[in-house]
Amino acid sequence: MSLEIHDISKAFGGFRALDGVRLTIETGSLFGIIGPNGAGKSTLFSVVSGFARADEGQIRLDGQSLDSLSPPARARAGMVRTFQVPREFRHLTVRENLMAAAPKQTGESLLGLFFRPGRVREEEGAIAERVNQTIRFLRLSAVADQPSGKLSGGQKKLLELGRALMVEPRLILLDEPFAGVNPVLIGEIMERIIELNMRGIGFVIIEHDLEALTRLVPQLAVMDRGKVLAQGAPQAVLDDPLVREAYLGGVS
Amino acid sequence: MEAYFIAIGIIALIYVILSLGLTLQYGLTGLINFGHVGFFAIGAYTSALLALKGVPLVLSFAAAAALAGLAAWPIGLVSLRLRDDYFAIVTLGFSEVVRIVITSERWLTNGVQGVPGIPRLYDSLGGSVAQLAVLVTVLAVTLVGVWIIRRIAGSPFGRLIEAIRDNEEAVQALGKDPARFKIQVLVVGAALAGIAGAFYAHYITYIVPDQFIPLVTFYVWMAIIMGGVGRVSGAIVGTAILMLFLEGSRFLRDIVPGVSEVDMASVRIGAVGLLLVLFIMYRPQGLMGDYTKR
Ligand SMILES: Nc1ncnc2c1ncn2[C@@H]1O[C@H](COP(=O)(O)OP(=O)(O)O)[C@@H](O)[C@H]1O
Ligand SMILES: [Mg+2]
Repeated sequence: MSLEIHDISKAFGGFRALDGVRLTIETGSLFGIIGPNGAGKSTLFSVVSGFARADEGQIRLDGQSLDSLSPPARARAGMVRTFQVPREFRHLTVRENLMAAAPKQTGESLLGLFFRPGRVREEEGAIAERVNQTIRFLRLSAVADQPSGKLSGGQKKLLELGRALMVEPRLILLDEPFAGVNPVLIGEIMERIIELNMRGIGFVIIEHDLEALTRLVPQLAVMDRGKVLAQGAPQAVLDDPLVREAYLGGVS
Repeated sequence: MEAYFIAIGIIALIYVILSLGLTLQYGLTGLINFGHVGFFAIGAYTSALLALKGVPLVLSFAAAAALAGLAAWPIGLVSLRLRDDYFAIVTLGFSEVVRIVITSERWLTNGVQGVPGIPRLYDSLGGSVAQLAVLVTVLAVTLVGVWIIRRIAGSPFGRLIEAIRDNEEAVQALGKDPARFKIQVLVVGAALAGIAGAFYAHYITYIVPDQFIPLVTFYVWMAIIMGGVGRVSGAIVGTAILMLFLEGSRFLRDIVPGVSEVDMASVRIGAVGLLLVLFIMYRPQGLMGDYTKR
């Protein structure tokens, strides 16, 4: 069971943001992607999740081709992405953000809403319960009823993770989940991710803090200028001469 | 005097019904519908023409809602592909197309001469009793509309359309299709506008294309902005302010000597515009507060 990224290329104008990216990621694993700014990491997530169209290449999730699926259909297929810049529903509270993410709600159809009110109420109760668990799990209780637009950057990152969890996917793509998060909280998010992974949820995590990522994932890939330079266990990858030259050498 | 207030009340409630639709579409979902009057016109002409053919008013009103709602369907399909500002222009264009079609299709709508002699509601009751009955009916329909919009706003559907307003891509990332919701929101708002149009036609009994200019749409926009975007109470209070102002300026004409009807119409529009500017500068969230101040 895996996410297969097969020879993906993507150009913006004449600029090749992705240049023949090929990766195979076990669906239930913890997998890291590192690389300098502009390497194409976020673009890769956009292409994989369907928000951007690849010029070439194919994406398969657990054997199913995703190429013709819309972004929501890909999410429903079991793979949810988060955004590097958090996209909270800023006028909704944290609780409402999470509730909105719950799948298959009868109350989200007008017919269901007006003709099956009992069922809607029942579902709302069940969703609220799951949301409460998620809020506690992510240590967001103190801000649960605040408009999410007022959260700190780190709290927004947690909220994005929480919303993704509410969808109950098999695989979550996290785009720099630790950016702007204070170090104590980074430790906590990592613990949460490891816990969730032990329950069977896979993660692909983009991060530019190498040190943070090597503590978390057993496997990672290094990207630079739209290409995957190396892939494997952190130490092996970091010892790769190409990587040393292109990435580590170039970063102050 | 009493008849005057009943008349104002009926027109005000018709505007409230229009505002409710826009509250759903813009206030909750973020859809910039600049063509509301187009659905209002479709409702007015549909019910008027059917009633003149002898169709019972209950059915002609239902047809007005259905046809206006149906007209929103293609607009909804277009909205899936367009950015907010383009969508605004498309809707504005749509309402102008509606007006041009009813102006030029004389065989159906009698063109610029308009449709006279549209049957009144409760005509058999006669005079002021009939007027009062109309007021009560429009009020009842308005209250049902208020109930529906409030019900939607407080539901999972309402939560999701607010999420769409705040960030559409994030909604997609969570596995939900904004398109489906936007179409439904447009159809419901348009159906309400269609009903408002039917009430309007049967109340004033004589409709011409020039009654359905974009200014009507912008009056509704002014109402919801002054009342508070995204709030049902805002739609109601905003409409009240708008009516006070429009009607108040009518009284002014009787007091100030030497002002013609045409002058006054311009002054009125200018004054309402100034009021809107003052609101946006000093109370952008509207009188009742908008969705940012929950
Ligand atoms: N929508 C876009 N239009 C034009 N250029 C883009 C767009 N998105 C990304 N890019 C460019 O593609 C390159 C890769 O960007 P990105 O994937 O965000 O990098 P990373 O996430 O690795 O920092 C950058 O040079 C960026 O400027
Ligand atoms: Mg990035």
